[in-house]
Amino acid sequence: MTGNDKASSPPTVAGRTSSAAIEVDHLVKIYKQTRAVDDISFSLPRGSITGLLGGNGAGKTTTIAMIMGLVLPTSGRVQVLGHGMPEESASVLGRMNFESPYVDMPMRLTVRQNLTVFGKLYAVKNLSERIAALADDLDLTDFIDRANGKLSAGQKTRVALAKALINRPELLLLDEPTASLDPDTADWVRAHLERYRKENNATILLASHNMLEVERLCDRVIIMKRGRIEDDDTPEAIMARYNRTTLEEVFLDVARGRANGAKEAVR
Amino acid sequence: MTNISLHRGISVHRIGAMILRYWYLLMSSWPRLLELLYWPALQVITWGFIQHYVAENSNFFARAGGTLIGAVILWDILFRGQLGFSISFLEEMWARNIGNLMMSPLRPIEFLLSLMVMSLIRLAIGIIPMTVLALVMFHFNVYALGLPLIAFFCNLIFTSWSVGIFVSGLVLRNGLGAESIVWTLMFAILPLACVYYPVSVLPFWLQTIAWALPPTYVFEGMRALLIERTFRIDLMLDALAINAMLLGASFWAFLALLRSAKKNGSLLSGGE
Repeated sequence: MTGNDKASSPPTVAGRTSSAAIEVDHLVKIYKQTRAVDDISFSLPRGSITGLLGGNGAGKTTTIAMIMGLVLPTSGRVQVLGHGMPEESASVLGRMNFESPYVDMPMRLTVRQNLTVFGKLYAVKNLSERIAALADDLDLTDFIDRANGKLSAGQKTRVALAKALINRPELLLLDEPTASLDPDTADWVRAHLERYRKENNATILLASHNMLEVERLCDRVIIMKRGRIEDDDTPEAIMARYNRTTLEEVFLDVARGRANGAKEAVR
Repeated sequence: MTNISLHRGISVHRIGAMILRYWYLLMSSWPRLLELLYWPALQVITWGFIQHYVAENSNFFARAGGTLIGAVILWDILFRGQLGFSISFLEEMWARNIGNLMMSPLRPIEFLLSLMVMSLIRLAIGIIPMTVLALVMFHFNVYALGLPLIAFFCNLIFTSWSVGIFVSGLVLRNGLGAESIVWTLMFAILPLACVYYPVSVLPFWLQTIAWALPPTYVFEGMRALLIERTFRIDLMLDALAINAMLLGASFWAFLALLRSAKKNGSLLSGGE
C-alpha cells in the first residue's frame, strides 16, 4: 500500500476497512455494577434500515446514545460514517440527526422558530425553503407558527421528525419514532421514512417496541436482551428461525426466555 | 482516553443560532423580561434609601458619597452576569433540549460563547434601567466613574462567567438536582469579596482568601475611586490576572464535567 493509498482509505474499526454507515466493535457500557451493553458488535451498510428490538433495559437506548456520542463507552469502538465517535464527532454530527423521547424541543418557541434555530445550527442552505418543504411534507403548515408546548403529542412527534430531517441526514437514529401517534399518522410517518431512505440512500437505525413497524420498515433486525445481541438477521429469517409468523411472537419468546426452545424446535 | 475538545473550528453562525434561540425565548415571555428588570430596580431603590439615611447620620458616608449604591450596582453586574449566563443554560435543561444541542454540530465552546453573549444582553436589559434609576432618584451617576468603570465591569463579568461556566458544568453532570447551586454559589462570594466594607475589616486569615477573589479588587478599587479619588490600576491588573486563571480553570472544569456526564449517561436523563 502506498502512502497515498493509505491516506485515502476509509478509517477502520479494529483494522477492518469500512464503508459502513455504522460500525460497532465489541462495545461495552458499564454503569457502576450494571452492564447496560455487554460486548456487542455489528455493522450497518449505507442505505439500510435496521430495527433495534428489545424489552425495557435491553440496552437499545444506551447503544444508540453511544453511537450518537452522548454516552462514552466503557470499552469498544464506534465508527459513524467512517469517523470514530466521539473523538471525531465534529466531522460527522452535521451529517446525522436523531429523534428520541428523551429530548424535547423548546416549548415556548414556535415550530418555525425551532426549525430555524436547528437549521442554522446544522448550516442548512436555503433554510426558509427547507422549512417550507418540511412543513408541507410533514403536514406542519397549520401550526407552524404555534408554540411547540401547545401542540398535541402527535404534532410534537412530527415536529421532532422535521427537526431530525432538517439537514437531510445521511444517518438517522430514531428512538420510538411513532410513539404516541395514532395508527393513521404512525403509518404515514413510516411511509415518509421509507420514502426518505429511498430518495436519499440514507441509513436508518430505529429502536422500537412496535413490531409491525419493524416488520414493515426494516430490512434487518437486531434483537437485544440484557445488553447482549440475542439475534441479528432479516425479519423473515428471524421469524423462520423461531418458527413464528410475527416478530411480536419472536419478541415474546426472547423476552420470556423461550428463545432457545423455539429455535431448538425448528432444528 | 477520549478527549472532548473545547474548540475546533468555531462557527459564528452556530453561536448566532443559539443567541437567536434565547432571543426568541425572551421575546415570547414577558415574565422573563419583567424578572430581568424587577430585582435590580428593587435593589437600587432599597440601597439608595439606606445610603441616603446613613449619609445623613455619618460624616464618613456623607464624604464617601455613593459607595453603597455603587457597590450595589457593581454587585448586580457580578450576580446578574452569572445568572444571565446560568439561566440561559438552565433553559436548555428545563426544556430537555440539551441532548438535541449535544447531538448537533454545536461545539462546547460555541455553546459557552453564546451563553456569555446572552449574559451581556440580559445584563444590559436589567442594569441600564437600574443605573438610570440611581441617577434620577439618588443623583448617583455610575457612568461618571469614567474609564475605571470599564475595568470594573470587565473584571466582574469575567468572574461571573467563570462561576457560570463552572455551575453549568455541575448541573450538566448532576442534573437539575444541582440547580440550587446556580442560585446560591455567588452568595458565598458576597462576604469575602468585601462588597460593602473594606478588606481591612476581615480577620487576617480571611483577608488572604478575599484577595484570591477578583471582585475584591474591584470593590476595593471602587472605594479608592469614590473616597480617595484614586484609580488603582494595580488592583485591576491583579484582578485581570486572577480572572484569566479562573476562566481557564472553569473551561477545564466544564469539559471535565461534560466528559463525566457522558461517562455517567446523565445527558440522557438530565433530571433530578
